[in-house]
Amino acid sequence: MIIDINFIGLIIASIMASAVPLILASCGELITERSGVLNLGVEGMMIIGAISGFALMTVTGSLIIAVFGAMLAGVLISTIFAFLTQTLITNHVATGLALTIFGIGISAMIGKNFVGIPGKEFPVLFEGLKDTIPLLGSILFGHSIVFYFAFALPFITSYFLKKTKIGLIVRAVGDSPESASNQGINVKFVRYACILYGGAMSGLAGAYLSMIYTPQWIENMTGGRGWIALALVVFSTWNPIKILIGAMIFGGLTIIQFHMQAIGVRIPVQFLTALPYIVTIIVLVVISRDSRKIRLSTPSSLGKSFHKDN
Amino acid sequence: MIKIVKRDQPSRAIFFFTPVLAIFLTLVAGGLIFFILGFKPFEALKFFFIVPIADKYGFSELLLKATPLCLIAIGLSFCFKSNNWNIGAEGQLTFGAIVSGGVALLFYEQEGFYILPIVILAGAIGGMLYASIPAILKTYFNTNEILVSLMLVYVSKLILDYLVVGPWSNPEGFNFPETRQFSDSAKLPLLFEGLRIHAGIFLALAAVVISWFVFYKTYLGFQMKVSGFSLKTARYAGYKGKKMIILVFLISGACAGLAGVGEITGPIGQLHREISPDYGFTAIIVAFLGRLHPVGIIFASLVVAITYLGAETAQIFMQIPKYTGQVFQGMILFFLLASDYLLFFKIKFIGSKK
Repeated sequence: MIIDINFIGLIIASIMASAVPLILASCGELITERSGVLNLGVEGMMIIGAISGFALMTVTGSLIIAVFGAMLAGVLISTIFAFLTQTLITNHVATGLALTIFGIGISAMIGKNFVGIPGKEFPVLFEGLKDTIPLLGSILFGHSIVFYFAFALPFITSYFLKKTKIGLIVRAVGDSPESASNQGINVKFVRYACILYGGAMSGLAGAYLSMIYTPQWIENMTGGRGWIALALVVFSTWNPIKILIGAMIFGGLTIIQFHMQAIGVRIPVQFLTALPYIVTIIVLVVISRDSRKIRLSTPSSLGKSFHKDN
Repeated sequence: MIKIVKRDQPSRAIFFFTPVLAIFLTLVAGGLIFFILGFKPFEALKFFFIVPIADKYGFSELLLKATPLCLIAIGLSFCFKSNNWNIGAEGQLTFGAIVSGGVALLFYEQEGFYILPIVILAGAIGGMLYASIPAILKTYFNTNEILVSLMLVYVSKLILDYLVVGPWSNPEGFNFPETRQFSDSAKLPLLFEGLRIHAGIFLALAAVVISWFVFYKTYLGFQMKVSGFSLKTARYAGYKGKKMIILVFLISGACAGLAGVGEITGPIGQLHREISPDYGFTAIIVAFLGRLHPVGIIFASLVVAITYLGAETAQIFMQIPKYTGQVFQGMILFFLLASDYLLFFKIKFIGSKK
């Protein structure tokens, strides 16, 4: 078997492409969790983003409206979560689950009229540069703008958290809402903002799936990616750069699975499809085993409600 | 003017009133959604909530759907009461069904009174085995049970898919993704001629009674309540935390597994690809709506079961998409959580003139 160097480049590029929605959603959720809020509704926000993006693209014909509309849809649906958990002080876990169930239902309801409609071609950047460098050319060039944004996001997120004042405020709110509040920071406002930002990123992740990755609407098309994104945040021990590594591993598992099927490896399809989920569990076990490390890196107030008595 | 005042103590009356309020608000919001979709709200709600259970057959279908919901929710209430977030009941249901289905297939074309108990027991054991994975990982490896139990849902469905397409598929089945029909001795008996309601309902009722007894009459129930309230207090009191985590997971796994048995040995009588319309997830809502109280869960399972039937009826008669059921389920939980605010806070209306 002759291995073409550009073929390897293509495989790496496709692994990166499948990592994109995971990176987007994880980085969004990371900010939410850093502010002390555990939003288990990622899967629901993602699927809402997927249908909103696809529907807006079909109806308006504008890709820009569709992408931003999907992010806005993510923001809107996460507002429900923010209002419940922050204003009405509900349990984060239960509210997040409700958000996921609700999101899947609503998306299928809206999506009924969009099944079977072909998607649109999404413009790619630097297509002409592909052949200029062997191997690297096909990895680096010819992708959508969302792709490049996703790979820049972990670095932006890391810079934001470590070097900016607002990033410091977010971390302070997550680690010690009481002292942050005593310093005059409006804890609820910060948490609202972080939840809505997470919603926007999940919405974008969904739009990437339905508009760029597999340009069509399929019911339940997120297929658990939202949950894997949540697992990635734990995997990263709340460090955005490590999300990149984790997302590449899971992207790799998804792609390798396709190629193994293609070259006729005699393993049942279902076992290959189950691989990302099983690996997620194994990785979680390995990461969490060191309970001290987890305790040190987890935002101290994660999942706990904060209410200032007047 | 409206003023919000914190209550000194959570109100007990409100505690049982809010589920009713949540259902009412869901109906209002649902009517609004139907209106936006271009249907007459009252007519749509009638097709959704009244027409499906208006006759004997409909009522039997309601009980048929409420049975697994009630059974799973009872199991989950053990977990939720003690602060363990098992959200993978769907996987435990599926794995229970796989194990009990496998055992039932061993008795293919055999009859005997001993077969059904073995099949039922196998389902409970299957569910327990599957639930023990997140439990053991949580207790000994500190792993987040929410994510593990959820990932296992996907895995269990793929295992089921592999079995019914591959090694367990019916050799005379023209490659349909299903197993052979179980023998009559491996099936739960139907209760009435012409109706699909089966003896599985007694499993659910037994679970209700047993859980009530455990919650309110045993030391274990007390320990669970304390750990749910404050893990620190439980630790001071010297309760064996790890043992209890594993125990509550095993109980809820067994219940979910039994629900799986009911699904395959009841009206269907074989294993196939889709044995459960997400009962395992919906039961989470049932558990909360029922306030983690055995009797509350009975009522909640009936209410939520209607959303399944209503979605089907509304689809047939009004072409309302069947996913509306899920939308309703999500809304019930939203409204329930939201109205819990009233548990801790009072809204006072203060007149401008006194």
